[in-house]
Amino acid sequence: MKDGYKLIYKRPKTLLSTRMHYCPGCFHSTIHKFLMEVIEELEIQDKTIGVCPVGCSVFAYDYLDIDMQEAAHGRAAAVATGIKRILPDRIVFSYQGDGDLAAIGTAETLHACNRGENFTFIFINNGIYGMTGGQMAPTTLEGQKTTTCPYGRETADSGMPMKMAEIISQFEKVAYVERVSCDTPANARKAKRAIKKAIEFQMQGLGTTFIEVASNCPSGWKCTPEESLKWLEEQVFPYFPLGVFKEPAKRRQ
Amino acid sequence: MPSKGYVEISVESCKGCNFCVIHCPTECLALNTSDTNSYGLHYAYLTDEEKCIACQNCAVICPDAAITVYKKAKKKAA
Repeated sequence: MKDGYKLIYKRPKTLLSTRMHYCPGCFHSTIHKFLMEVIEELEIQDKTIGVCPVGCSVFAYDYLDIDMQEAAHGRAAAVATGIKRILPDRIVFSYQGDGDLAAIGTAETLHACNRGENFTFIFINNGIYGMTGGQMAPTTLEGQKTTTCPYGRETADSGMPMKMAEIISQFEKVAYVERVSCDTPANARKAKRAIKKAIEFQMQGLGTTFIEVASNCPSGWKCTPEESLKWLEEQVFPYFPLGVFKEPAKRRQ
Repeated sequence: MPSKGYVEISVESCKGCNFCVIHCPTECLALNTSDTNSYGLHYAYLTDEEKCIACQNCAVICPDAAITVYKKAKKKAA
């Protein structure tokens, strides 16, 4: 450090120095960073347990310096339920993609939310199955081209993209639902605040907290990282609007 | 004019996604297109230290947490 300067931002210590395998510009790594910053700020590194999904983030345990558990495809919500019920004093989160949470694991997710299990979902919605080569997912936009719908998604065959945050916000026992993104520094700062709020609500025992991240996938969308930000703004945000869908009522002082 | 701050970018962590370059309000970052790191990727670097205002936009948006930000410390009243 140079003389007369002070450090104001650095990589969180809870994020290991291993190089992440994610493609350039992928929001997975941005969300890993925010999650670890929040855990460092709240000083809960030794009592946080994360549940990894199957998908691009399957190796998240290599990067996050906390206790992690790997779950079968889509079953992260069920595994997190078990961990939280046995160790209720721990902070538990499940980190899932859209192929995991919204396709194969929909039943586990919806029932965990219906029971109001007191853990946090981090849901990365990039609209395709990124890990396996960019196939169509339930959240693929209408007309979006993927390897399994090369002429664009037809809603007559495959239905409309699923809005998980809106669906989850209907459950009474769910405490907090927000959709965020990381396409600009402002949205990225909001994403970090949302993750922090969700973890804090979990610590207060208010119920299920659910953060959906409208994410990108430059490799799967066959574009550059910059073009993926443009696609997010022009195509994704009109259909998947950002914002808070449910939050706990403020207690009177 | 002395700079308000500066950034350090880890060459090996940077994957050259260009997010920091397009989001820098004073345009003092650029992608090094003539050199690569050991993974064969172009990396970002600080072009003009005097322009940096230590706003942290690049560090917040950086997916690989490659950026460290330093800000000029305020002088203590004598």
